[in-house]
Amino acid sequence: MLEIKNLHVKLEEEDKAILKGVDLTVEAGKVHAIMGPNGSGKSTLAYVLSGRDGYEVTEGSIMLEGHDLLDMEPEERAAIGLFLAFQYPVEIPGVGNMTFMRTAVNALRKARGEEEMSSAEFLKAVRAKAKELKIDAEMLKRPVNVGFSGGEKKRNEILQMAMLEPKMCVLDETDSGLDVDAMRLVADGVNALRDAGRGFLVITHYQRLLDHIRPDVVHIMADGRIVKTGGPELALEVEKNGYADILAETGAAA
Amino acid sequence: MTAVAKLGPRAARRAAKLEATASRLEALTLPESGEWLRRARETALARLREIGLPDRRDEYWKFTDPATLVRTDAPAAALFEITDEAMVFDAIDRLRVVFVDGVFDPDASDELEAEGLEIVRLADAGGRDIHWAQELFGALEAEGQDPVTRPLAALNTAVATDGVLIRATARVARPVSLIYRRRDPSAELALHHVVKVEPGAELTLLENGPGAARVSTVTEMCIGDGGVLHHVRAQGRDHERRAITHLFARLGEQSVLKSFTLSANGALTRNESVVWLNGKGGSAHVAGAAMGDGAFHHDDTVFITHAAPDCESRQVFKKVLRHGAVGVFQGKILVHQAAQLTDGYQISQALLLDETSQFLAKPELEIYADDVKCSHGSTSGEIDADQLFYLRARGLPEETAKGLLVLAFLAEALDEIAREDLAEEIREKLRGWVSRHR
Repeated sequence: MLEIKNLHVKLEEEDKAILKGVDLTVEAGKVHAIMGPNGSGKSTLAYVLSGRDGYEVTEGSIMLEGHDLLDMEPEERAAIGLFLAFQYPVEIPGVGNMTFMRTAVNALRKARGEEEMSSAEFLKAVRAKAKELKIDAEMLKRPVNVGFSGGEKKRNEILQMAMLEPKMCVLDETDSGLDVDAMRLVADGVNALRDAGRGFLVITHYQRLLDHIRPDVVHIMADGRIVKTGGPELALEVEKNGYADILAETGAAA
Repeated sequence: MTAVAKLGPRAARRAAKLEATASRLEALTLPESGEWLRRARETALARLREIGLPDRRDEYWKFTDPATLVRTDAPAAALFEITDEAMVFDAIDRLRVVFVDGVFDPDASDELEAEGLEIVRLADAGGRDIHWAQELFGALEAEGQDPVTRPLAALNTAVATDGVLIRATARVARPVSLIYRRRDPSAELALHHVVKVEPGAELTLLENGPGAARVSTVTEMCIGDGGVLHHVRAQGRDHERRAITHLFARLGEQSVLKSFTLSANGALTRNESVVWLNGKGGSAHVAGAAMGDGAFHHDDTVFITHAAPDCESRQVFKKVLRHGAVGVFQGKILVHQAAQLTDGYQISQALLLDETSQFLAKPELEIYADDVKCSHGSTSGEIDADQLFYLRARGLPEETAKGLLVLAFLAEALDEIAREDLAEEIREKLRGWVSRHR
């Protein structure tokens, strides 16, 4: 599904290398987790995948189901099925959540050559999804993320993910700023979207989210590279001993 | 010349200004009218000779060149083709008062009658005793000349050929809608309206249409105790038209004024609003959304006086500018010593869609009471990169995302429109503008 090869990325403004040769393949239907200490390049990877400005790819490639992502605008990436759940969902005063989501759903349908949804159809669909994900539909009436609690913002991301039905989901520190109950709700939402065809890349600093979203594969990232790959037990090892042992073992700098 | 040279620079400037004014007014003939109206016009003309017509060196005309508003003949302006159905408010049930090239058109208008309403054409009023209008016509404009002069309003009082005098004596649900149609590319329009809302009465006043190559309107509003006046205006989309408008509004106790103006296009627009909160507990909101592309100069000049305690005022002005468009905001809140517990708010913001556009703002507060809450802010900025990326990451094409953010930027001004059906009409026009200017 997602194939990242030898990805080198630097900040455009600072001439500072952040990713130094990332290799990663996420197969359809699998959940991969990336863990790593702060500053290891996890969030940069998420942004580069989604096409944010400010980064320069100096080497390597990213393919999603045969499409070269690096040649595409953010909206084109979304149209072929990439979704990034933001670490910090952006507040947009003046834009209603409902309007925003309907516009997004219809933009994707249009890009895929499908019929646009009417307001009534959309309303019905979004209410059903919200109910399924145990999300208060009241949230839809407010401006996008404005005045939302940390938990509400993350749930809003999951609701968008459910409505846009992406093929490849990247979750960037979705657990940050959440209490245990909110995290469980978000994790339940993600688990509800796991099915045979959908790939997930879950970026997290802590192991606790992975108690709820059980990964198939865990990668440890440090200093812009993936330094170790293993099964779910690798996350438990981090939980128990921290990153220091793994980094020492692989010879990577923290 | 020697006589002038002996004067100080200020006096010399004033002498030159008055001389220019006298020569501009030389050929002017006042419209035919009945007794009281003729007197009001002559008084206004005398006032104007005393004040002098504006020029670029006047403090409140530094950002906006009044030359094309002052000169004798208006520059012609190409007609913008628009069907009546495509005009704003078409879907709203309203009492239509139609002017074509500045002349009242009885055939296109509804009967000027409704429960709780008195409507008289200005052109018919001069010969009749209409005490409530006589007391206001030109009077609020005259009062509004101090402390800042409004010479083009005095000129309007003197020369306006038509207009309507409206008096609401009850809560009137159906809006009165002034529609300014255009047929002649060089026609000029000067209309002068008086709106009186009696104590406890309520009225919604709408204004729209391109008007003329050069538009001058003055609306004097008097809102009695507990009265409510909603005013929603959409200024013509004709790219080359010029407009100078003045609102003078006097509010009584517990009364409410909500005025909103949409301006899309136009070569030059200056909207002045002068409001006096004269009774305890009054509330005045003046708001505007302006969108300009290219040769567009838009100026909002607002002066709100809190003369009584416990009043609230809001000024909310938003401008979207691109391709060299210029936005101006000059807004003042004056709080008299008696006006304790004043709540004043003023915000003016510009969204600059490129680096060639500019926004000039002059916010002013002058406060003599000690227990007041006044806040003001003025910003100009570009589209927020994080918001734009967020929308694009969700699949919105860049132009769609920008359009949504432009509308979001204007939302606070539109929130000042109380009636949702009217707000939706305005929103529809905004969406149209945004989609045309991609």
